[in-house]
Amino acid sequence: MGKTLLEMINITKEFPGVKALDNVNLKVEEGEIHALVGENGAGKSTLMNVLSGIYPFGSYTGDIVYNGEVCKFQKIKDSEEKGIVIIHQELALIPYMSIGENMFLGNEQGSKAKIDWDKTYAEADKYLKMVGLSESSRTLIKDIGVGKQQLVEIAKALAKHAKLLILDEPTSSLNETDSKALLDLLLKFKQEGMTSIIISHKLNEVSYVADKITVIRDGSTIETLDKTVDEITEDRIIKGMVGREMTDRFPKRHDVKIGDVAMEVKDWTVYHPQFAERKVVDGVSMNVRKGEVVGIAGLMGAGRTELAMSIFGKSYGTNISGQLILNGQEVHLKNIKDAIKHKIAYVTEDRKGNGLVLTNPIKINTTLANLSELCNKRVIDQDKEYQVAEDYREKLKTKCPSVEQNVGNLSGGNQQKVLLAKWMFADPDVLILDEPTRGIDVGAKYEIYCIINDLVAAGKSVIMISSELPEVLGMSDRIYVMNEGKMVGEMSGAEASQESIMSCILKS
Amino acid sequence: MKDKILKIVKENTMLIVLVLVVIFFNFTTNGTMLLPSQFNALITQNAYVYVLATGMLMCMLTGGNIDLSCGSFVCLVGVLGAKLMVEKGASTPVGIIAMLLIGVVYGCVLGFVIAYMNIPPWIATLAGFLALRGWGVALMHGASNISPLPESFCGLFTGKMNDLFGGPRIGGVQYNMTSIVIGLIASIIVVFLLVRERATKLKKGYTADSMAKVLVKSVLICFVIMLFAYKFSLAGGVPYALIWVAVIVLIYSFITSKTDVGRYFYTIGGNAEATRLSGIDTKRIMFIAYLNMAVLTVVSAFLTMSRFQAANSTAGTNYEMDAISACVVGGVSAYGGSGTVFGMIVGATLIGVINLGMSLMGIDANWQKVVKGVVLLGAVVFEILNNKKKVGK
Repeated sequence: MGKTLLEMINITKEFPGVKALDNVNLKVEEGEIHALVGENGAGKSTLMNVLSGIYPFGSYTGDIVYNGEVCKFQKIKDSEEKGIVIIHQELALIPYMSIGENMFLGNEQGSKAKIDWDKTYAEADKYLKMVGLSESSRTLIKDIGVGKQQLVEIAKALAKHAKLLILDEPTSSLNETDSKALLDLLLKFKQEGMTSIIISHKLNEVSYVADKITVIRDGSTIETLDKTVDEITEDRIIKGMVGREMTDRFPKRHDVKIGDVAMEVKDWTVYHPQFAERKVVDGVSMNVRKGEVVGIAGLMGAGRTELAMSIFGKSYGTNISGQLILNGQEVHLKNIKDAIKHKIAYVTEDRKGNGLVLTNPIKINTTLANLSELCNKRVIDQDKEYQVAEDYREKLKTKCPSVEQNVGNLSGGNQQKVLLAKWMFADPDVLILDEPTRGIDVGAKYEIYCIINDLVAAGKSVIMISSELPEVLGMSDRIYVMNEGKMVGEMSGAEASQESIMSCILKS
Repeated sequence: MKDKILKIVKENTMLIVLVLVVIFFNFTTNGTMLLPSQFNALITQNAYVYVLATGMLMCMLTGGNIDLSCGSFVCLVGVLGAKLMVEKGASTPVGIIAMLLIGVVYGCVLGFVIAYMNIPPWIATLAGFLALRGWGVALMHGASNISPLPESFCGLFTGKMNDLFGGPRIGGVQYNMTSIVIGLIASIIVVFLLVRERATKLKKGYTADSMAKVLVKSVLICFVIMLFAYKFSLAGGVPYALIWVAVIVLIYSFITSKTDVGRYFYTIGGNAEATRLSGIDTKRIMFIAYLNMAVLTVVSAFLTMSRFQAANSTAGTNYEMDAISACVVGGVSAYGGSGTVFGMIVGATLIGVINLGMSLMGIDANWQKVVKGVVLLGAVVFEILNNKKKVGK
C-alpha cells in the first residue's frame, strides 16, 4: 500500500510507579484503517494521548514521525495543526449549544473581534453533509441522540482538516444500527484517502473495518495483524490480547436444576417520567425461574433498563401498571427499600454514574445496600463490615491492595466486582444485571460470567440485560427479545442465534 | 518508617499547622497567648462557631450544600425569644422550648423546599439570609437590642462552673478543683474507650492497632484535655459554653462515624443516585440535614444571646461564613462526601486562634480579615494538591 504516514518508535511513558507504555511501536500507512486493541489498562488510550500531545513532548521517550518529520507536540493544538485529530470516548459536546457552535468551538469562524455566524453555520452544514447527518447545524446538541452526536464529533474533526482521525471507542454508547452506520462512514472516508486509527473493544467491528490490527498488552506491542496477510478472526485477536487461546469465552455452567418461577411480571406498562404520555415499557410479560439465567436482548433504547428499574421498586417511570408476582404471590413494591426487602436486586449498567460511590472505600460500597444487617440500634459494627468486605474480595477475586481503598482507584472490571459484591451482600433471590460486562476487558468478563454461574448454582435467578449478542447467547438459558418497549420474542438459549434475535427485532 | 511518618503528617497537616500557629503567637505575644484567660476567651468567643459548623458539616457532606441563612436566623430567633422572655415575661424553659420549636418549623420549611422541591440550597438559604434578618430587625421597631435577658437563661450558657470541692490556694493562686476533676474523668473515659475498642477487636479476631499506637494516642489526647483542665482551673473554672460544645460535638462525632444515618450523609455526597438506588431515602436525609441545621442554629443563638445578655439586631452577622470557613479549613470537602467532626474542630480552632492571636498582637481588624481569607484559600488549595497526589499514585 501507500507510504507510511505515522510511525511511533519505541515510545515509553512512565507514571509514578507504573510503566504505562514500554517501547511501543506503531506504524500506520496512509489511507488505511488501523485498529488498536488490547485489554483495559493495556495502554491504548495513553498511546493516543502521547500522539495527540495531551502528554507533551519530554514527558515520554521515543519518537513520533509523522509525514516524514519528527514531531514534538507540546499541546493538542500542535497536533491538530498537523491534521491529527482525536475523538475521545466520552463525548465532549456542550448540550445547550448548537451543533455549529460546538463544531467550531475554539476554532471560531470570522474575524478576531466578531464571530461570523452565517459563515459558521454554512461551513457546519457542509461538514454535516459529509458525514451524512441531515440535522440543521442550528439544532441544539441536547435535542439529538448519541448516535448523531458522535457524527457531530466526526464532523467537528473534519472541520479541523483532519488527515489522521483517531477514534477512541467510538461506538461504545451507540446501538448496532448507529454503530454500523459509523463504521461504514469510516470506510467511505477511507476511499477518499483518510487515515484512521480506531480503538475498540468490539472485535466484530474491528474485524469489519480494520486493514491492520495492532495488539497491545501490558504497555507493549504484541503484534500487528494485516488483513491481506493474516487470517483475522475474533479468537485470533483475543489470543493476542490475553496471551492465551481462549477456547471458552463462556465458562461451563455446573449442573444446575432449574426450579419454580421466582419472579413474574404480567402486562407491565411504564410511562416516561418527564413526558408522561410516552410509553416506555408496553405490556411486557416475562418470568424467571430459580437457577435460571434469562437474557434480555435488544437495541439500546429498547426499554430494557427502564423495565428493570421500574420493577426494582419503581425506581424509574410514572404510572406503572401491571402485576409483579414473586414466588407465586402478587406484591406491590412501594420503593427501592421495599424491593430489596423482597429480595430483588438491580445492578446498574452505569457503575460510575449510579452504582458506586467512587470517593468511598470498597468496604463502604460493599455494605451500602444492606447496612442494617451490620447495625445494632443504628450503630454500625465496623469490624464486621471490614470482614464482610474482605470475604467478598476473596470470593470474587477483586484485585486491590485493601478494602480501605477508594473504589475510584480500581479498574473497571474490579469496580464491577465491587458492585456485584454490594448486591450479593443484600442477599437477593432475583438479580437483574444490566450490562454486567460493559467496558471491561476479556479476562474480567470471564470472571464475571463465573460469578453469574455461581449465583444460579446457589439457586438464585438472574436476569441479564446485554447489548452484546454473543454474551446473551453464551450465558442465557432462555432469551427474551425486546424492542421499542415491547417483548417481541422468546426463545431457549439452545435454539437462539444472532440471526434469530436480530430478525425478531427487525420484524417486530 | 519514613513513609509512616509522612503519612501521619499528611493526615494531620491542619493539626500540625494549628500547633505551629499557637507556638508562633506565643512568641509574638510574649506568652500572653497561653495565659489561662486566653483559653477561656477562645472557647467562649468561638462556641457559636463550633455549634454552627457542626450543622454546616452535615449539610456540606450531602454534596457541598451550605446554609447561608443561619446567621440571619440567629438574629431572628433571638429577637423572637427575647420578646417572649423580656416583653411577655415568659419563663426561661418556655422561652427555650419556644425558640427550639421555631427552629424546628424553619428547619422543616427549609428542608422541604430543598429536599422535596429540589430548590438549590444556596438559593433557598439566600432567600432566608435576606428575609430573616430583615424580619428580625423590623420586629425590634428601631431598637438596637432587647435586654436584659433573664439571669436564669444566661446562666445556662455563660459563666463558669463553680468549684464544688473548694480547691486549694497555692502561692496566692486559686485552683478550681472541679475543672481538674472533670479533666481527669474525661481522660479516664478516653483511655478506657480506646483500650476497650482494641480489646473487643482482638477478642473477635480482627486486626487492631498496636498497643503502642493506642498508648501514644491516649497520651496525646489526655495531654490536651489536662492542659485545658489546668488552664481552666486557673481561670476560675470550666465555662458552661464548653460543656455545650463538647456534648454537641461528641454526639455528632458519634453519628457521623458510627451510625448508618451518618454513613448515608457521606454516600449521598459521594454519589446521590447510587445511594438512592441502594434503597436509601435520599430526600429524607437532605431534609434531616437542614432540619438539624436549623435546630443547631437555635442552640448557637442561645450561646450568642447569653454572651451579650441581649438580642441584637446585628447578632449573627457573618456567622454563616464563619461556619463554612471552619469546615473548609478543617478539610471538609466543598463538593461533599468527605470531612469529619474532628477536622471541623481543628479548622474552627485554627481560625479562632488566628483571630485571637492577631487581636493580642494589636493587628487591625481589616488586616485580620485579609489573613483569614488567605488562610481559607490556602487550606483549600492545599487540600486539592494533596488529593491530586493521591490520585496520581
